[in-house]
Amino acid sequence: MIDDLAVVARDLTKTFKGGTLALDNLSIEVARASVLGLLGPNGAGKTTAVRILTTIIKPDSGTAFILGTDVIRDPARVRSVIGLAGQNAAVDENLTGLENLRMVGDLNHLPRGEVKARARELISQFDLADAANRPLKTYSGGMRRRLDIAASLVARPAVLFLDEPTTGLDPQSRNDLWEVIENLVEQGTTVLLTTQYLEEADRLARQIVVVDHGREIAKGTPGELKARLGQTVLEIGFLDHEIAVRALGVLGQLGKIPPTRDGHLVEVPVDDGPKSALEALRVLDSAEIQPTTFTLREPSLDDVFLSITGKTTE
Amino acid sequence: MTATTALPADYSEAYAREEDIKWVVRDALTMTKRNLIAYVRIPEAAFFSSVQPIMFVLLFRYVFAGAINVPHIGYVDYMMPGIFVQTVAFGSVSTSIGLAEDLQKGLIERFRALPMSRSAVLAGRTTADLCRNVFVVALITGVGYLVGFRVHTGLMSFLGGVGILLLFAYALSWGFAVIGLSAPNSETAQVMSFPLLFPLTFASSSFVPVKTMPGWLQGFANHQPVSLVANSARALMEGKVALLGSGTVGATVVQALIWVVGLLIILSPLAVSRYRRVS
Repeated sequence: MIDDLAVVARDLTKTFKGGTLALDNLSIEVARASVLGLLGPNGAGKTTAVRILTTIIKPDSGTAFILGTDVIRDPARVRSVIGLAGQNAAVDENLTGLENLRMVGDLNHLPRGEVKARARELISQFDLADAANRPLKTYSGGMRRRLDIAASLVARPAVLFLDEPTTGLDPQSRNDLWEVIENLVEQGTTVLLTTQYLEEADRLARQIVVVDHGREIAKGTPGELKARLGQTVLEIGFLDHEIAVRALGVLGQLGKIPPTRDGHLVEVPVDDGPKSALEALRVLDSAEIQPTTFTLREPSLDDVFLSITGKTTE
Repeated sequence: MTATTALPADYSEAYAREEDIKWVVRDALTMTKRNLIAYVRIPEAAFFSSVQPIMFVLLFRYVFAGAINVPHIGYVDYMMPGIFVQTVAFGSVSTSIGLAEDLQKGLIERFRALPMSRSAVLAGRTTADLCRNVFVVALITGVGYLVGFRVHTGLMSFLGGVGILLLFAYALSWGFAVIGLSAPNSETAQVMSFPLLFPLTFASSSFVPVKTMPGWLQGFANHQPVSLVANSARALMEGKVALLGSGTVGATVVQALIWVVGLLIILSPLAVSRYRRVS
């Protein structure tokens, strides 16, 4: 079984100076050629986990192996099989796009000829060919992010760490990047992705680990997690909270998961959006309750947290 | 954006050689090149970092020279080696600023996850700063010549003097690397660096003979590295007379070299260990 796992981390614990407990016995397993989504709010410990697995910092306790190599004992070997795109676009402002990629290729000790070819290949794959010879100072935020991710792929790493890769990307670039990740995985790359967006984890990850305060609070396939949530959330607003309380009562029978109320807003997680929406309106109508607003939306990270911990991410 | 071909390659050989001397040198050169490109791409920075030493030459030549009396040797010949040392020492502060900036921007993070030599980031930065110091020394040699500075030994001896002061600045760079890696940001790195440099460069024989200082200060000023490097450079550029009667050229140069090598031996492992632990 272990051989099918590209990343195995057990009981990682890390406390930073000042006593902040960043990781609290976090365990992670990522199957080869799959995506694991590490889902959690800001400050949940996602980046700390990535930094430990990419040999940047050492855990206080726990073990971690990448493709069977001990991250703590043999970091040099680990570095030769991984790629990392961190949260800040870690690129050199003064170098051009191509120069940045070549530098990373050189530092990965790729053969000289391959470095040049690979840099050209990636720059066009990431739609940066027009800006290839411009210093990064002239790049937009989204372009930098794309270049940063391209840089993490220069050495064709077997295991790729992407720390909130789509933060700051426009929807088009985000979709493009998702496609790139899917292609990489199809071809055998293992990806550990951190994200704050349930939608992203849902689209890409085979397994999701939800973290909060450095601890795992839930894990499973996207399907399993969403089964706890419902596919869609009906967000229904009322004139005041008294009416909302009454509505909460009659909407209770609608789905498998009980609805929640926040002030004069009622949220009903349901599995079949439009059908349940009709039914909700019917139920409200027959109880003679008038909604003021009515919205259908995808469940968010907040909903995951609410369902697991009973409180939102804030 | 189309598909990215990812064939997990076998890097078992690459990892084994992370600390091979070949890669230590090559990675350092890669990083040096990266830093030098930045110098060339920001001509404003290069321009203004040259203006300051030129101002020092002009200030000391035309403002202070009249008030400072040095026996045996014209003041312009006395001060120029001192200005060289001060200039390269100040120049080495850019090591701390550059590293603090890389740290701030998350670049060091990326480098630390790459299978590159652990010393390359520091070696590349210090080497690039050395190159910049070579350029500035050449520039103010020219300015010095215009205001009356003359070498009274020979070309080789002059170059020997330049070599010592560049080596000294290189050794200092490793010290400033420690500061750069410890500072929260580049502004702080700069502010942390200068309080160390001012007493070293001014309480020295760089601009005035140590004999004119109060007794308690002379002990420090006579033995600290900036004085010994300035004295060596001065003796190698202007001859024995520039030592103002204390010591021989050989002994002065040897003492300066002991300082330089000593600093390098202590500061470079300190910087590398700081780099390994930085987070």
